[in-house]
Amino acid sequence: MSALETFVDAADETLLAVEGVTLSFGGVQAIKDVSFDIKKGEIRAIIGPNGAGKTSMLNVINGFYHPQKGKITFKGNTRTDMRPHVAATQGISRTFQNVALFRGMSTLDNIMTGRTLKMTTNLFWHLFRFGPAEQEELEHREFVERIIDFLEIQHIRKTPVGRLPYGLQKRVELGRALAAQPDLLLLDEPMAGMNLEEKEDMSRFVIDVNDQFGTTIALIEHDMGVVMDLSNRVVVLDHGEKIADGTPDEVKSNQDVIDAYLGVAH
Amino acid sequence: MATETAQAAGEDTFPKLLLRNAVKFADRPAIREKDLGIWQTWTWSQVLDEVRAFAVGLSALGIKAGDKVAIVGDNRPRLYWTMCAAQSLGAVPIPVYQDSVAEEMKFVLEHAGATCAVVENQEQVDKILEIRESYKAIKTIVYDEDRGLKNYNVKGLYAFEDVQAKGRAALSDGAEAIWHEQIARGQPADTAIILYTSGTTGKPKGVVLTMENTLWAARVANRFDNLTENEETIAYLPMAWVGDHIFSYAQSYECGYCVNCPESPETVVDDRREIGTTYAFAPPRVYENLITLTMVRMEDAARIKRKMFDYFLALANRVGEKILNGEPVGVTDRLLYALGDFLVYAPIKNRFGLSKVRVGYTAGEAIGPEIFRFYRSLGINLKQLYGQTEAAVYITNQPDGEIYADTVGAPLEGIEVKVDDSGEVLYRSPGVFKEYYKNAKATRETKTKDGWVHSGDAGFIDDRGHLKIIDRAKDVGHLKDGTLFPPKYIENKLKFFPNIKEAVAIGDGRDYVACMVNIDLTAVGSWAERNNVVYASYQELAAHPDVYKMVEGHVAEVNRELAAEERVAGAQIQRFLVLHKELDADDGEITRTAKVRRSFVEERYKPLIDALFNRRKSSQHIKTEVTFEDGRKGAIEGDVEIRDMTPMPVAGTNRIAAE
Repeated sequence: MSALETFVDAADETLLAVEGVTLSFGGVQAIKDVSFDIKKGEIRAIIGPNGAGKTSMLNVINGFYHPQKGKITFKGNTRTDMRPHVAATQGISRTFQNVALFRGMSTLDNIMTGRTLKMTTNLFWHLFRFGPAEQEELEHREFVERIIDFLEIQHIRKTPVGRLPYGLQKRVELGRALAAQPDLLLLDEPMAGMNLEEKEDMSRFVIDVNDQFGTTIALIEHDMGVVMDLSNRVVVLDHGEKIADGTPDEVKSNQDVIDAYLGVAH
Repeated sequence: MATETAQAAGEDTFPKLLLRNAVKFADRPAIREKDLGIWQTWTWSQVLDEVRAFAVGLSALGIKAGDKVAIVGDNRPRLYWTMCAAQSLGAVPIPVYQDSVAEEMKFVLEHAGATCAVVENQEQVDKILEIRESYKAIKTIVYDEDRGLKNYNVKGLYAFEDVQAKGRAALSDGAEAIWHEQIARGQPADTAIILYTSGTTGKPKGVVLTMENTLWAARVANRFDNLTENEETIAYLPMAWVGDHIFSYAQSYECGYCVNCPESPETVVDDRREIGTTYAFAPPRVYENLITLTMVRMEDAARIKRKMFDYFLALANRVGEKILNGEPVGVTDRLLYALGDFLVYAPIKNRFGLSKVRVGYTAGEAIGPEIFRFYRSLGINLKQLYGQTEAAVYITNQPDGEIYADTVGAPLEGIEVKVDDSGEVLYRSPGVFKEYYKNAKATRETKTKDGWVHSGDAGFIDDRGHLKIIDRAKDVGHLKDGTLFPPKYIENKLKFFPNIKEAVAIGDGRDYVACMVNIDLTAVGSWAERNNVVYASYQELAAHPDVYKMVEGHVAEVNRELAAEERVAGAQIQRFLVLHKELDADDGEITRTAKVRRSFVEERYKPLIDALFNRRKSSQHIKTEVTFEDGRKGAIEGDVEIRDMTPMPVAGTNRIAAE
């Protein structure tokens, strides 16, 4: 993976900064005063034991949860909260821990939905698929076909997603997220429940997305081997607090991290 | 072969044919590839343009006559163009199996002395780079698909289009005339390609085929089936395999037909349907898979559809092949068949992508007769051929109207086939290979001074002049009286019965042939359920009198088939037994790929085999040690019954079977 290292140096511009974010649900504090940044072009992993607040963190970043304290700066714009829809138009897209696709629709149509925000012609034209709408659809279809080619899912182009095995559904979901041409791609456990071969494939795709499109990626993952291989930098959460932040090697040797994962004698 | 007018006109190499096609079939499609869901077409004149740019580009990178250019990847237009581009420079293309691991690939590259590799994608680039660490002669690597390669900073690594750009720049500086001179210097005796045989035994051998060899094969085959520039074929079998080289490259260049490259290996079935191939080739397993897919779907179909399907399939089974062969069939059946075609056969053929197929071939291994007949009964002109890399594919083909499921057809025009005293098939033709690359010893062993090639297969020519392959020559044995004994041939016949899982025929150096049979627990078990046969264990089921009766019927059927063939009639099974345990890989009796380890089995079951050849014994006690899945050992013991068979009378002779 020598190809990757060249990118680390290139990435110095901060794409997203999280500062002092605190999120609580009633009395439960899910995230306590967490700050970190994501640099342009990097693969940033968020790890931590179960219940550490990783998914909550992603939900804060893409505007689904609104933190009580702290601010988020994305592409230079600072905000405390926003709607997921706005996040999507600004260039953040994501996949989910549990596959969230339209099960009755084909792979092609599912990925096509990722283009919705990029469509500009109005409903009237689309109803008749005529004139500018047709032209627009052709352009989008071509883009979607590139993603299908990229993810090597040509053979399931017209298969209803519900009939696909889990590993492929995950790939389709990644395809849909890519269709929005995000600046920041949030992957919530992209390899959960996969076998070794599927994991290797998915890792390859994550690296290639980063490599080919220069997309910045933030991912949550439990497989430490994958995290250490893929990511440029890792942030570690435990009980809603940030306990470590740095390169995979630094994090690996951090005593707090080892304690959080293995437990300590109290 | 006499020099033809075509050859006189300077069409004796593939680059020369390309120049011809670019004029003769200028606007006709030469090759297609499905990309981004759409079929992209290149006409012959466009192919010339692409090949020329790439060839001149390679030349600018220092590739010259005599160099070896490795080609690794799935079937893609650019890799086919590389073949012609290399040949136009006098270099030799070496296609390599794309799924071989770096170590295997290294052997081929090193043996061939490749200095340049043109590959499909990052996966293959990585392999070549790994090889280059120890085999440093590879100076140039060209890739087709750039994905993941953007940040590779490696010396001598080029994108395909960059090499073409170099070529185009040189072309505008007058390199075209030089390129044409290079093509004009090409001779029929030049090496066209070196194909490495996959090598199930020992290291792979590089089969050197000349322009004359491959072009001759292409001509003969195109004429045999009257192929024209209107054919459509799909290229999906490995490029390193001789079949693909002849079908998708040589024959296409020879008569100008269009080759279609699928979108990905997984989409072949759909792509074939979209294209509607007219000339098809596939190994038997592809045809088997298509049937299985259909049958599984029909299981889930509505009852009325299933009924209709079954009815018309039965009809096709009865009259379909006769109609295809042009034999007389009653009017009612013909009308019903036409109705069946509308309702069932045409939709099936459409699903298979075989609606427009004129000729379909199968080869490589024996195809089950039912599968073969199934396709023919639907009106698909499926034929068998027998070929080898060393023959540039073609040895025998089934001519239209002379299709017998049990033979591989008659020799093509210009091919001589004979069977020597040991029963081995030999052949001689203008397509016969020049030599094994850098392996004079193997060449001498395989090819005689006057050009006959040992096929390594045992067979015979029947009275219709058709060749019948029975076994690998080295496996064929002889009974004490010298009668031919082909064990695998007999075993395969037995294994065609679903009830028989495995069979071991013994007879080499014996008085007669005897056989040990393994029943298939799934098939016989479900038969037992339907027929109220009660059993508690495999051993009990195997020893059941009704099971014996059933197996006896199968053996008798095999004997009847053997009796009908003069050469093997003496090898009828005279005694058999049903083994009390399944042959198991855990016990070392079969390999992990389910091939019987003959010598081991013969040693292990020696008491049973001795009893088989002792006519006084009708049963034998045996104790066999077995290994359970968790590694514990145990033993199975019991008496195994031995049955005598009455040999069938041999057709056409008065010979009395030894009794």
